[in-house]
This record gives sequence, structure tokens and C-alpha cells, in this order.
Amino acid sequence: MDLMQWIEDGARIPLGTWVKEFISFLQDYLGGLFDFIALVFTAIYDGATWLFTEPPGWVIIVVLALIAFLAKGWKLAVGTVLGLVLIMTVAQWENAMLTLALTIVSVLIATAIAIPVGIWAARSRTVSNVVRPVLDFLQTMPAFVYLLPAIFLFSVGPVPGIVATIMFAVAPGVRLTELGIRGVDPEVVEAGHAFGATPGRILRQIQLPLAMPSIMAGVNQVIMLSLSMSVIASMVGAPGLGRPIVQALQSVNIPLGFEAGISVVVIAMILDRITGGFGGRGRTRKDSKKVAKTSVDVGAD
Amino acid sequence: MTETALEARHLFKVFGRNPKQAVQRLKAGESRTDVHDAGTAAVIDASFTVNKGEIFVIMGLSGSGKSTIIRMLNGLLAPTDGEVTIQGRNVTTASPADLRDIRRSSVSMVFQHFALLPHRTVIDNAAYALEIQGVGKAERLERAREIIGKVGLTEWADAFPDELSGGMRQRVGLARALTAGTDILLMDEAFSALDPLIRREMQEQLVELQQELGRTIIFITHDLNEAMFLGDRIAVMRDGRIVQNGTPEEILTDPANDYVAQFVQDVDRTRVLTARAVMEPPHLTTPISAGVRGALRVLREQQTSAVFAVENNRLVGVVTDRGVIRAVKAGQTDVRQIVDSNVLTVGPDDLLTDIVERAVETPVPLAVVDERNRLIGVIPRVTLLAALGNVAPTTREMPIIQTPIEMVAQFTPLVDAAAEAPATPVATDVEGGDR
Repeated sequence: MDLMQWIEDGARIPLGTWVKEFISFLQDYLGGLFDFIALVFTAIYDGATWLFTEPPGWVIIVVLALIAFLAKGWKLAVGTVLGLVLIMTVAQWENAMLTLALTIVSVLIATAIAIPVGIWAARSRTVSNVVRPVLDFLQTMPAFVYLLPAIFLFSVGPVPGIVATIMFAVAPGVRLTELGIRGVDPEVVEAGHAFGATPGRILRQIQLPLAMPSIMAGVNQVIMLSLSMSVIASMVGAPGLGRPIVQALQSVNIPLGFEAGISVVVIAMILDRITGGFGGRGRTRKDSKKVAKTSVDVGAD
Repeated sequence: MTETALEARHLFKVFGRNPKQAVQRLKAGESRTDVHDAGTAAVIDASFTVNKGEIFVIMGLSGSGKSTIIRMLNGLLAPTDGEVTIQGRNVTTASPADLRDIRRSSVSMVFQHFALLPHRTVIDNAAYALEIQGVGKAERLERAREIIGKVGLTEWADAFPDELSGGMRQRVGLARALTAGTDILLMDEAFSALDPLIRREMQEQLVELQQELGRTIIFITHDLNEAMFLGDRIAVMRDGRIVQNGTPEEILTDPANDYVAQFVQDVDRTRVLTARAVMEPPHLTTPISAGVRGALRVLREQQTSAVFAVENNRLVGVVTDRGVIRAVKAGQTDVRQIVDSNVLTVGPDDLLTDIVERAVETPVPLAVVDERNRLIGVIPRVTLLAALGNVAPTTREMPIIQTPIEMVAQFTPLVDAAAEAPATPVATDVEGGDR
């Protein structure tokens, strides 16, 4: 009997082969779609790359320092300047900007997916139940594994890097958005209903603003994961700081490895503090206003 | 003429697996515990009407279904059975768009935990309902500012909710509901989260605002004193059913069952009961036209020491036995001369809490007079005590005895003599005899 024979042979389920066949199927029948996605991603990535590499380095530093100042204050601005100057002086500027471009593109797309899905999951138990195992899968599957189908579908270059990064980074964005919206005081939402607000208005004026700290924490996580993944993505040809790191790994080049590595750390810290600053603003706005008021009073004296 | 603002007809709400079946079984007479396998019955066959301009209180302990009821009134929860109409519009069968329209135009709500938008200032919170109604920014801020002034928060208009105390936050919640301009206000345990002192203050303010603005208020509470203070009518709930629906006095003086009776035991009765509720019919009266003789007869028959003198049902004053005796001795016949017009009176709607002190000061029963000074009842001290002590309202009045009965008995022969002869000659005789 076939079944007995199969068990005697070791009861092997060719799960991997099925997945490969599925991906081949995707490639054969939905090739056009993937080509289109590749086209769009390439265009966005090229734009972002141009934005970060075209202007002279000091312009980027000034702009980022300004954003850091707006997000959190002058301390972060100074730290940003010092960190970026460090990257410049270890000759990783070009790579760092390419990584930044790749990260930002990935984050934008991942957030654009994560927040709507998170909102949807918060509103519907069914969606939430379906989405949760998918997120578990995406989050725990070793990051390298995404690279293989990505190459298959998008060939080498920045696009498979972006796609793999999005897959890896999208989960916390969805989770924290859902959590944030579910965590909004039900009585406040009820108040919206009681005064005759439409569901859309309740979402915009009550749920999203109140869930914002949680959503921003999610975005922050997406950024951090994207950054770490964008380094790994260099293994499939994505440009950026990952390249010198992979290169250093192959040639046991400690100096190069450390210089590229520390550049990643600097970018990670800058992005983390800036998004953290914007995320925490909702709650501290009032305090900062008070501080501003006091300082004006002091100035008047 | 009273106009109906809101009507609830046979409302049922069952949470659980098989709500419809549970309702059928409840209608067939099964109890709440019987249908537990089909679902939890939160509200069972609740019907009531709320008149325009009144404060209708739904009172019950936690788990009695009161919060579920109020949420069915504006459609936040859909009833399992029965229906709600607000100003003639059916809430239960309304489409989502119609329901939003009803909420915008007819019924707003105040929440137990305030439910303010924490990211908006006080004035923006207060204007929120108008914003939803699509009122322009300048106009809605102006209207919100006016209401914020009424609740006494003008100088906090630009503060955020977390800068305010609980009482102030609930004023914002109240302002938001009032600004909406709807006729009906639902208040869900609105003051329960506040300190007792603040709560009392808010209750008084609510009554004032209600008198000024004339809204219809449906107020949920678990505090009977609060219910008694605010309510024009009170529905008492227990285990999902309305067990009694009546005025505070009816509930206090005529509880529908042991549960309500037990409940009202701890109520501060003096703040609820009015003079009208406890007063006795005015037996101890003598018409001015009956003269001294008539007054003396009443004193004797009632074995009492004082009677009220009335003229065309209007209270003139008190006639005491001493006065009568003096008049008889002096040969006077006109009661007017011995009437003590300095008598303490109370209005029929005065609360007992305001009456007690006066009752202590006066030796005679308190006279209850209406605005035209007509004597409509009396409150002997014993009646007042019975009311305060929650003795059965059937307690009969007891004659108030200030001086020994002998005093009256002693003069009985005199009176009898007076009764035998025509009124005026007797008076003259007595007069002459004295000289």
C-alpha cells in the first residue's frame, strides 16, 4: 500500500517543496503583479536614495538635527550631530545614507500596511483571530528565510531587501495598533456614539488620538526591526551598511566590521529617540506648554 | 398638560447564548434564575414613561440592570425585546443613520467616569456635541462658553481634563451634554464617582440648572438619598425588574414590597417628606362665626387645649382654652378678640427637615396653609415624630394636651349655661354679673 510504503520511507512530508512550488506558481501566474510591485518599490527607493545622497552631508546633518530638536530638544539635536559626524569620519556616510533610505522606505510601506490592518483587527474579532497567527509566523520565522522567496520573486537588489524587511518588521506595528485601539477607554468611545458621532469620526477623533502613544511605540518597533533587517538584506544585494559588514565577515576584517557596525548603532539610536520623542508628545504636550508659559513669564521679569 | 418625552415599553435585555428564547420563557412566567441556561437577563419587562421637564430617577443596586436600561434608551444597546420611543421616534427600529440623528437632536448623555476627551480642552470638550452636529466653530465655542459659565468653569475653559478635579470634570461632562441642546439628558451614575460633599453640591446645581433650562433628565443611581433628592419620580429596580415606580413620597410612605421597604429604611426622611405628606385633616378648627361658645365646645369635644380659628377656610389664628376662659369670664362673645394670630405656619411643600425646628417651638400643632392662607392641614408633633420614625402611616392623631383636662371640665357648667340661653343675653349676663 502507498501509505505503508510512505511510512516505511520515513513519513517525509515535502513541505518545503510545496512552498517552493507555491512560490513558482506565484511567479508564473502573478509575475506581472510582482513586476509591478518591484517597479513601484524601486521608484520609491530611488527617490529616497536621491533625497539622502544628493545633498551635501552637512545639509542632511542640519535637517536631521532640526528634526531631533523638534522631537525632543537640543540635547538630542547635539547627539544627532555628533553621531552623524562620527559616521562621516569613519567613511561610512554613503552606506549609512543608503541604509537610511532603505529603512525609511520599508518603514513607510510597513506602517501603511500595519496601521490599517491593526485598526481592522481592533474592530473585528474574526480579523484579529486570523491576523494573529500570521503575525506570529512573520515575527518568528528567522529573518534570513525571507530572503530566499524574495530573490525568487524580485531577483537581487534593493527590492527583495525592502520586501523582506517589511515582512519582518510589520508585525509589531499591527499588534500595537490593535492593542492601542482596544485599550481606549470604552466609555469615551461610548460618549462618541451617544452624541451621534459616525464610526469614522470616532476613529479619527477619539480612537486614533488616544491610541497614538501605543501606535507610535509600534512604529518605533517597526523602525528598529527594519534597520536590523536592512543590514541582513544586504546579503541579497541591498545596498547600505550591510555590505561592508558582510564583506568584513567574509574577510575577517575587524576594523571595517566595527566601523560599519557602530554606524548602524548611531542611526538606530537617532531614529529611536526621534520617534520616541514624537510618540511621547501627546501626553507631555500640556506640560511643555506649561514650561513654555513659565519661561515666558521669567523672560518678562 | 404633561407631554411624554420618552417611553419604554416592555423592554427586555438578555445577554448570552439564546436571548430570544430566554425572553419567551420570561414572558411565560419563568424567573430570572430559571432562564439562566439560556442567558443572563439584565432587564426584564421594564415599562415606563418620562414626562417632559421632569427628573426621572432609575434606582437600583449594582447588577439590577439600571445601566443596561439607560443604554437601551439611546440605542447604545439594542433591546432583546420591547421598544423605546423618544419624542415619538422609535429608537429600537431606527437605522444607524436615524439613530445618530436621534442622538444628535434629542438625547445626550453624562457618564459615570466622565468620558471626556483627554486630548481636548474643556471648551472643546463642551463643544464636542455641537461639532458632531455640524455647528460652525465660532458658534459652537460661543454656546459652549455660555454653558461652561453656567456650571462655573469659565476660568478653566482652556485647561485639559487631567488638570481638573473629579467634580470639575463632571461639570464638563454635564456642560457637554447641556451644550448639545437636546431635550433629554441621560445621566448614568453621574455623581457616583464624586466625594459626598461635591456630590451634594452637584445635585443642587443640577436641580438649579434643570429648573432654569427645563430639560428632561433620566438619572441612574444606586444612592437612594440621591434618588429622593433629585427625583420627581423614581423607578426602583431589583434583579432586572422595576419593582416600584412612583414619587419619592409614595415610595417612602407606601413601599410596594419588603425589598423597597427595607431599602427606604435608611433614607433621611426629613429631606424627602413634605408637610403635605404627613399632615392630618384639620379637625381642630372653629369658625370665627361660631363665637367663643363654639370654640369652647370644640375644645371640650376634642379634649384639647387649643383650636385653630378659621374664617372662610382661611386661617385666622389660634384660640386657646385660657383665652376662652378669660373671654367667658369677661363676657366676650367675639372670638376675634382672643385669637392669637401669631401662629406658626408651614407651606404644604416644605420639607420636614425645615419643619422640625418650628414644631419644637410651638405648643400647638403646626398649621399647613396654602399660598392663599387656607388651612389645608395640621401637623401635630406626634404625627411629625411618627413620620420621622417611620411608624406605620395609619397611626391615629392624638389630642394634644397642653393643660389638664380639668381646666376645661371646670368650665363645662358655664358653657352649658351659655348653651341653654341665647348667645347675646348670656354674654350680657356674664358681663353684668362680673360688675
